Amino acid sequence: MENRVILDIDDVCIRYGEDLAVRNVTLPIYENQITAIIGPSGCGKSTLLRSLNRMNDFIHGCSHTGGIALGDMDIYDPATDPVEIRLRIGMVFQRPNPFPKSIYRNIAWGPTINELKGDMDARVENALRRAALWDEVKDRLSDSALNLSGGQQQRLCIARALAMEPEVILMDEPCSALDPVSTARIEDLLFELKENFTIVIVTHNMQQAARVSQYTAFLETGKLIEFGETEDVFTNPKNERTEEYVTGRFG
Amino acid sequence: MVLAVETYSFLQTVPLTDFLFGTQWTPLLVPKSYGVLPLLAGTFMIVVGASLVAIPIGVASALFLSEYASDRAKRTLKPILEVLAGIPTVVYGFFALTYVTPLLKTVFPETQVFNAASAAIVVGIMILPMVASLCDDAFRAVPNSLREGAYSLGATSFEVTTRVVFPAGLSGVLAAFVLAISRAIGETMAVTLAAGATPNLTLNPLESIQTMTAYIVQVSLGDTPAGTLAYQTLFAVAAVLFLITLGLNVLANYVLNRFREVYE
Repeated sequence: MENRVILDIDDVCIRYGEDLAVRNVTLPIYENQITAIIGPSGCGKSTLLRSLNRMNDFIHGCSHTGGIALGDMDIYDPATDPVEIRLRIGMVFQRPNPFPKSIYRNIAWGPTINELKGDMDARVENALRRAALWDEVKDRLSDSALNLSGGQQQRLCIARALAMEPEVILMDEPCSALDPVSTARIEDLLFELKENFTIVIVTHNMQQAARVSQYTAFLETGKLIEFGETEDVFTNPKNERTEEYVTGRFG
Repeated sequence: MVLAVETYSFLQTVPLTDFLFGTQWTPLLVPKSYGVLPLLAGTFMIVVGASLVAIPIGVASALFLSEYASDRAKRTLKPILEVLAGIPTVVYGFFALTYVTPLLKTVFPETQVFNAASAAIVVGIMILPMVASLCDDAFRAVPNSLREGAYSLGATSFEVTTRVVFPAGLSGVLAAFVLAISRAIGETMAVTLAAGATPNLTLNPLESIQTMTAYIVQVSLGDTPAGTLAYQTLFAVAAVLFLITLGLNVLANYVLNRFREVYE
């Protein structure tokens, strides 16, 4: 494999209190590729995703062991500033969560508080263009983001993450609250984004994983059952459970 | 109804303009004068003073409770705030008279025995739990997804609190202010005890004043014969009080309704 590993997940266990949600997962995330994490509900895929930018810090009683490295930055080193991590790893959530502010200020919010340099207007336009939203909103940048449709809001949230120019973008079932048309638009978008960004997407829609990703990780009850190139995982799975899942026999 | 009838017959004798814009309030003394402004000024001073105490502390403690406090701290602080809300107001008045006023005197020797500042401070403490708990509700109503969105963009918890949670909860905070203010306007016992009974058109908080509610107490306690003009002043003042608090409550409702529409 010639792809470079950008995010190295090494023997990660995550507990909620006593419950082990993620068990000894070791997984490479390749640069400029889309990696899908699939698995039945409650298998720990969202938990694993949220551990990558330390969003689990906010969950009471959640504890973590094992190493995650982004390049030379150890994400779980106590000396690492989570703010620094989140500047390099952006995130898009399950439900669109725009701020109750204008479209422009939603995009500009992150760069403003982190005092990123450069022309803000250009940054906003660039982010919206990359998220394929510019043409729809260019004439109403000062409108409230809450007036947009659900699909547009989710693309706005993607644009908001893009405006920070992160290296990796985590997506936690970004299409689960959207209709098929909006979903298709976001999937198209992912292809373009992979030129410049590394994407990790959690989904329980297997067709989506098969359509958009180059690599797939299959998780069940917190364990990594199989990881490989998406084509192999779907057409020629090594593990019986993977085969049963991707062929729709359970989950 | 009673309020309207009696107020109407009061206004038959005293012209509305004299009532609203007169600067002397001496309905029980000679020469009689019926300008309600000194009472309004007294009430105004209590409201402003109480807001200055309650609003910053209330908002700060609500932000602390909803954003920073651990579960254990919450379990300790909430009951303390609620105990403050349960103390009878007459106790607050006494506290003002015997503790706050002497304290003020050591700082400002010209402080009178009865003064607006001391009453305003205790009224502020009195409405503090209400401000804190309403603001806390408002901040808690801010969806967690907004906080997560902000954190995922590299915000610190201070930035999340000041730039996301506070603005998103702002209309709830404003509604809390308005309700707290109408509570301060209506507050009777503490101001009767601590602020005195001197209708006095002044903005000096160290002087004795009288609020609308304190006047109502004073006259109701005395032997003012029913049907006299002095008796009718009660209703006129009460009508003013009622209209102000009604207006404020309508305003609070309006602000709250706007608030509900914010996220969807």
